Amino acid sequence: MANIITDETIEYVSILAKLELSEEEKEQAKTDMGRMLDYIDKLNELDTDGVEPMSHIFPYTNVFREDVVTNGDERDAILSNAPGVKDGMFRVPKTVE
Amino acid sequence: MAKQYETVIGLEVHVELATRTKIFCGCSTAFGGAPNTHICPVCTGMPGSLPVLNRRVVEYAIGVGLATGCEITRLCKFDRKNYFYPDNPQNYQISQLYLPVCQNGRVEIETDTGKKSVGIHEIHMEEDAGKLIHDEWEDISLVDYNRSGVPLIEIVSEPDMRSAQEVIAYLEKLRLFIQYLGASDCKLQEGSMRADVNLSVRRAGEPAFGTRTEMKNLNSFKAIARAIDGERERQIELLEAGASVIQETRRWDDNKEYSYAMRSKEDAQDYRYFPDPDLPPVYISEEWLEEIRSRQPEFRTEKMARYKAEYGIPDYDIDILTGSKRLADLFEAASKICGRPKKVSNWLMGETLRLLREREEEPEDIRFSPEHLAELVMMAERREINGSAAKEIFEAMFDFDVSPGQYAQEKGLQTVNDEGLLRDTVERIITENPRSVEDYHSGKEKALGFLVGQTMKAMKGKADPAAVNRVLRELL
Amino acid sequence: MDILSLTAAQLSERIRKGEISCREAVEAVLAQVAQKEERYHCYISLNGEAALEKADEVQRKIDAGVLSGPLAGVPMAVKDNICVEGTETTCASRILSGFLPSFSADAVLRLEEAGAVLLGKTNMDEFAMGSTTETSAYGVTRNPWNPAHVPGGSSGGSAAAVASGECFYALGSDTGGSIRQPAGYCGVVGMKPTYGTVSRYGLIAYGSSLDQIGPLCRDVTDCAAILDTITAHDGKDSTSVDLKREKGDYISALTGDASGLRIGIPRDYLGQGLDPEVRAAVLKAAGALEDRGAVVEEFDLSLVEYAIPAYYTIACAEASSNLERFDGVKYGFRAEGYEGLHDMYKKTRSRGFGPEVKRRIMLGSFVLSSGYYDAYYLKALRVKALIKRAFDAAFAGYDCLLGPVAPTTAPRLGESLADPIQMYLGDIYTISVNLAGLPAVSLPCGMDGAGLPIGLQLIGDCFQEKKLLRAAYAYECARGQFTRCPG
Ligand SMILES: [Mg+2]
Ligand SMILES: [Zn+2]
Repeated sequence: MANIITDETIEYVSILAKLELSEEEKEQAKTDMGRMLDYIDKLNELDTDGVEPMSHIFPYTNVFREDVVTNGDERDAILSNAPGVKDGMFRVPKTVE
Repeated sequence: MAKQYETVIGLEVHVELATRTKIFCGCSTAFGGAPNTHICPVCTGMPGSLPVLNRRVVEYAIGVGLATGCEITRLCKFDRKNYFYPDNPQNYQISQLYLPVCQNGRVEIETDTGKKSVGIHEIHMEEDAGKLIHDEWEDISLVDYNRSGVPLIEIVSEPDMRSAQEVIAYLEKLRLFIQYLGASDCKLQEGSMRADVNLSVRRAGEPAFGTRTEMKNLNSFKAIARAIDGERERQIELLEAGASVIQETRRWDDNKEYSYAMRSKEDAQDYRYFPDPDLPPVYISEEWLEEIRSRQPEFRTEKMARYKAEYGIPDYDIDILTGSKRLADLFEAASKICGRPKKVSNWLMGETLRLLREREEEPEDIRFSPEHLAELVMMAERREINGSAAKEIFEAMFDFDVSPGQYAQEKGLQTVNDEGLLRDTVERIITENPRSVEDYHSGKEKALGFLVGQTMKAMKGKADPAAVNRVLRELL
Repeated sequence: MDILSLTAAQLSERIRKGEISCREAVEAVLAQVAQKEERYHCYISLNGEAALEKADEVQRKIDAGVLSGPLAGVPMAVKDNICVEGTETTCASRILSGFLPSFSADAVLRLEEAGAVLLGKTNMDEFAMGSTTETSAYGVTRNPWNPAHVPGGSSGGSAAAVASGECFYALGSDTGGSIRQPAGYCGVVGMKPTYGTVSRYGLIAYGSSLDQIGPLCRDVTDCAAILDTITAHDGKDSTSVDLKREKGDYISALTGDASGLRIGIPRDYLGQGLDPEVRAAVLKAAGALEDRGAVVEEFDLSLVEYAIPAYYTIACAEASSNLERFDGVKYGFRAEGYEGLHDMYKKTRSRGFGPEVKRRIMLGSFVLSSGYYDAYYLKALRVKALIKRAFDAAFAGYDCLLGPVAPTTAPRLGESLADPIQMYLGDIYTISVNLAGLPAVSLPCGMDGAGLPIGLQLIGDCFQEKKLLRAAYAYECARGQFTRCPG
């Protein structure tokens, strides 16, 4: 495997992804990610100098809404899905900056 | 010792735009309202929902860019900034990193140390977050998404400022442009304008910048000035002690006058920006740009010149009035109705500013209408009320936007214009005060003042002082 | 009369003529479900009561002459990553258990307007990540042709339901082949329209720049009818395209004739790794089109082997961001026993997502992370541009491309998941279509020796759905009635 994924990398990426992996999962993730990256490295065979990265397939631009209020009160339908609600708000663990 | 250090400051200013709806959905941006009543699937990040851009947001952003001399990016794009936080329902913020709408602008400022140009690195569009409320009872937090998706522009300056004074001059200038454009009311206290201060220090003459910190939670000009001084001191102390400054985000506590490091190590500060596949790029054509340019308002410099030519009020007044879009608008509208610009200006420059200071408010908080101000001016002109009544009425108008005519009537504040009653009262006062009459005749002008006062008192303050004067002199 | 042997269009015609009632149609399907569902497990959730009620409502409208379209009264199903208001929508994930959308997807609304009768939500790979419908948190779906085999994925539940007669047609979603491949494995017709043709509003995103909703159905006529109904410009989806087309024009494209059609077969699509039986069936299909007047030739479509690595980079990157919203705050599952906010996020997501989803989130987060963005993500976007160019060049010479849907027929259950890369390689013929935004249709073209269907894929140029459907229909006419699924 050309791409060796370290424990630190797995640790770092799982912080970004907000995933808590078991030891077993971490080992598996190291192997899986390394293999996938080896495979993705195949793209380096292609010379893409001067090729504009294509994020949108069609060159459409300027899709707008006009500044007009169209939404009514959807509070109940939306809050009804929340695992925790209090006083019409979403309940989360104490969050301080 | 501190003198050997130079402070280097750059600003990131977030401004909430005055659109009716949010940036990517048709929810109202109106303030107030019970929690989560201005929400929909889009601004709460419901699965399957998609964003659609509000055209006005782009136009306001371009307007601010043109006012600050920016280059407008003809093809601009939205990117996702990924980070987990409960006020951010998708756990990514739609913002602009790679191709922001405006770039390379400048704002001219003037301080005690002279004129200076502050560079604007970029202006980008993005969405605001919801509000987190701490629940003391249960020691939990609660999330309200009414503000989630409110449009923001973020104005990022170059690190061109060197003092709190320069920072405030820059912010005031910026605020004025934006208020003149009507793009936002820019209230720091209410958070519709928020400044994050990036600050570093370096020894005088050193070419490289020091390590900077970013300070948040600054909600008044005074707090900004204190935070700059406080953070400068903190960094210098660190350097003097041989320690180094850590690049981090800090939260300013204005009561303790100290900043605290924010965010736990759980946050890797790696936002993984990438172009948002849900939003096609925005192409700003020459025609569109021209249209926006043609709609740009009269900014301060032009307004000052016009006031001088049109109203003939003192330069001092012009400077103050045009220093606030709200004052300038009130002045013009009220002057147009009553045709007495100087009188209108006097009310704005005098009582209005005094009461604003007393109430710790800003011109944007003014509640009274130009119609009522004009009415008050005309009532005084027509001598329907005297000076002290006018002040009393104005204060009620300032606090509750009462109609001056109606209020004067209800409170019985109109001047009594009954010549017979006035003459009877003056005659009675003269008879009751022979000593003062004698003093007056022996040349003591002060005695007249006393008699005027007595007459006013007898008439419960409702006489016109000029008329009292006239009748007294006549009958003496 | 066997109601279940009818296509959607045939059924609705009988209903309109009063020969069959909507209720009878629903009852027939529910009887089939009662018999087969335990074995195949096509659905995550089913609501027969609601379907019967809806059938009566639609019947009244048909009787009143309000509804007369080719889908009126036909029982159908929707993949469980497409929102239906008030109906549990899980993406086959534990993390969305219990989620009741407050709105319906645009495509669903349009079908409802056309008189569709929804039976339930079909099984799929979790968050559409997989090619077998084995990664579902709610159990595997089996192939109705042989329950020891997978139905394909990720729209495996939709494909199996259509094949087994547990519905007349279904909606699926296709990010890298997720409609076409299970359609191929299950012997039904499946189509991925041009990107932007069907609104994505209400489709729970996997790879936003690649996802499209499309039909899985019995034949090309049904496919055209469904496409006619769900194709529309939607102001709620900024990537939705305003085609300004005429209603019913897809149906009108079905002439049965292929004369003048220039069809290219990418040589790389017939090369190494392709099962000989599949190859033979596909080439036979090409011959049938030639007989109907098409000009068929092989050509070199470059960059075929780069599509999969580019796809996984882009799809996983977008997925890692799209799936951040599943955090236990607003909907679905929240883990218990956490300490503080970040621990709640981690526990909820770790217990709520299955292994394949976590694998892709990890890879996607990595390729976007600081220091790797240019090397991986931007590189993949550049390769995508090159792949698009290669297709542009191909369509300068051909009206359609023809090839297999997948290298093999449906594998046995449990064979694919052990080796992810091997599984990803199975998408080699479908994935580049999504990268280039193209429309493509999959239809059955034969059986292998084990009695499993073989899928033929036709690929069109962007917005050339009519040409594509014309070619597909011409082939279908040449092929004749396809063997009925024994299920
Ligand atoms: Mg920002
Ligand atoms: Zn909203």
